Amino acid sequence: MLELLDIQTFYGNIQALKGVSLEIAKGEIVTLIGANGAGKTTTLMSICGAVPPRSGEIKFEGRSLADLSPNEIVALGISQVPEGRRIFPYLTVAENLDMGAFLRGDRDGVKEDMEYIYGLFPILAERRHQAGGTLSGGEQQMLAISRALMARPRMLLLDEPSLGLAPLVVKRIFEIIRQINAESKTTIFLVEQNANLALKVAHRGYVMENGRIIMSDKAENLLTNEDVRKAYLGI
Amino acid sequence: MMTLQEIKKSLFTSLWFMFLTFPIMVIKVNTIEKTIEWRWERMAAVGLGAFVLSFVWRYLIQRKEAGKKRAEVGSEDNVPLIPRLMSDRRFYMPGLMATIVMVVAFPFVFSLYQTNVMITALIYVVVGLGLNIVVGLAGLLDLGYVAFYAVGAYSYALLNVHYGVTFWMALPIGAALAFLFGILLGFPVLRLRGDYLAIVTLGFGEIIRLVLENWNEFSFGPSGIANIPKPGLFGLDLSLQQSTTFIYFLMIGLALMTIFVVRRLQDSRIGRAWIALREDEVACQAMGIDKTRTKLSAFALGATWAGMGGVVFAAKTTFINPTSFTIWESIIILCVVVLGGMGSILGVIVGALILILLPEYLRAFSEFRMLIFGVILVMMMVFRPGGIISDVRRTYKFEGLGNKAENRGE
Repeated sequence: MLELLDIQTFYGNIQALKGVSLEIAKGEIVTLIGANGAGKTTTLMSICGAVPPRSGEIKFEGRSLADLSPNEIVALGISQVPEGRRIFPYLTVAENLDMGAFLRGDRDGVKEDMEYIYGLFPILAERRHQAGGTLSGGEQQMLAISRALMARPRMLLLDEPSLGLAPLVVKRIFEIIRQINAESKTTIFLVEQNANLALKVAHRGYVMENGRIIMSDKAENLLTNEDVRKAYLGI
Repeated sequence: MMTLQEIKKSLFTSLWFMFLTFPIMVIKVNTIEKTIEWRWERMAAVGLGAFVLSFVWRYLIQRKEAGKKRAEVGSEDNVPLIPRLMSDRRFYMPGLMATIVMVVAFPFVFSLYQTNVMITALIYVVVGLGLNIVVGLAGLLDLGYVAFYAVGAYSYALLNVHYGVTFWMALPIGAALAFLFGILLGFPVLRLRGDYLAIVTLGFGEIIRLVLENWNEFSFGPSGIANIPKPGLFGLDLSLQQSTTFIYFLMIGLALMTIFVVRRLQDSRIGRAWIALREDEVACQAMGIDKTRTKLSAFALGATWAGMGGVVFAAKTTFINPTSFTIWESIIILCVVVLGGMGSILGVIVGALILILLPEYLRAFSEFRMLIFGVILVMMMVFRPGGIISDVRRTYKFEGLGNKAENRGE
């Protein structure tokens, strides 16, 4: 479904990605794990067009994403949950969700999806008229994921959904990620530092180091791999 | 509450003021008799005045802080007075009726001069509402807004001089040209935010003014353009009184249309995209909002209203030259928006009326006009940073299908 071929991305003169290739099939949960500064977020930014790669090719359902602006990429069906949540603090929960459906014209569909979201996260239904900024960190993360889902994406990009959240909340969020994948067949690309949890949720995983993919395998194999265990699982 | 420390602080302030104003308030040199008058009693007055003012200031600040604490503890329905009155039909309907009667009767009751002042205020209402789109909703600080106003005014004046274009033709043309200029300015400044944007727009405003001032062949330079015809009404011959009344009602109509359109825009998705863009650009991009188009639309739509305001301005004064379009004008319009309440339509209207009418009626104290103006601005920003009537955004309920079904079931 999504294919990255030898991507090289730069910030000015600094090369962040030194030839990244990966592949995500339809319906999969794929995770990208790695240490700080490995290039995980940059990989996501390259996919969604915020920091276009200097060379290499990104293909979504066979279509090249080069020369497309970020909003056109969203229109193709790739939604992103940005790092650090970034909800709109002065808009209400419901308005935040409606912003997620910005590109959609089908009012009834939007309403239906909003109900679906409220079913998924009952706490958001409770707080639907509250300003986004007044939510707790975990609720904001739920809102950020929901907002991305409102676009009815075929592919969801998640950037560190566990960032700054309590372990129990993180667990709940990962359960939801699984549920979304199972129920609506949304393909999920999950970038995480919490390698242990990410690998437990995902079907397959890539390990990144210094702007390169150094390993890729089924998630359960990575979980038992000696090197991964030492470097990322702290065992 | 008011402790000894507060008194000490106020005392210090008054001493400082006495020292500062000493040379101008106390010493008076009589150049004829070559003597120096020492007016110590004035120093005492300054000291006392400064002490009292400083004390009042501290008291108000303290009350404000206390109020904030109370609000944090207190209930949630802390809606400001005016929106609360607005939502109450008992006050709203009579208030609306009284306003309509007043607005309609105004030119017949008051003098020509008063009507003219009101027209100016109404132009500022329209232009202020336009800037409100750019500054209040989209959060783009535009200090060169008057440039679009100038574009509107000059497009009517020049088209009339060269091609005899009438007011009614010029109104849409001026608006369209301003729209175009909005896009033209919008493109280079799209990447900028905050201070940088303010500086670039400031430069743009000055460029337009300087071009108008120096390109004699095009704009007739500093001498301006005179004898611009007033708007016609089906070819009728109108006296000065009648035509002023006509422009007054024309402006009322334009203001109403502006209010309607801005309101619709505010409640539309593009309106919310503007607000979202103000809050978080990165998140906006992730939502699939086209940053370029959204910002450009804010700039261009804001400029359109300035253009229309400009056309009416040219028609009303029948004479324009570049000195009407200085940076000072931009600042006033910005003050209208900020003072009235950013993002709030009613606020901008009230702000425009106050800022334009106040200086007119303060002409008696024209020496202190700017001083009073400045003091009011400072006080406003300290005690009501949200503006006179701060924006209470309407929120959307989005009652879902599921809820409706439940309700029906009951």
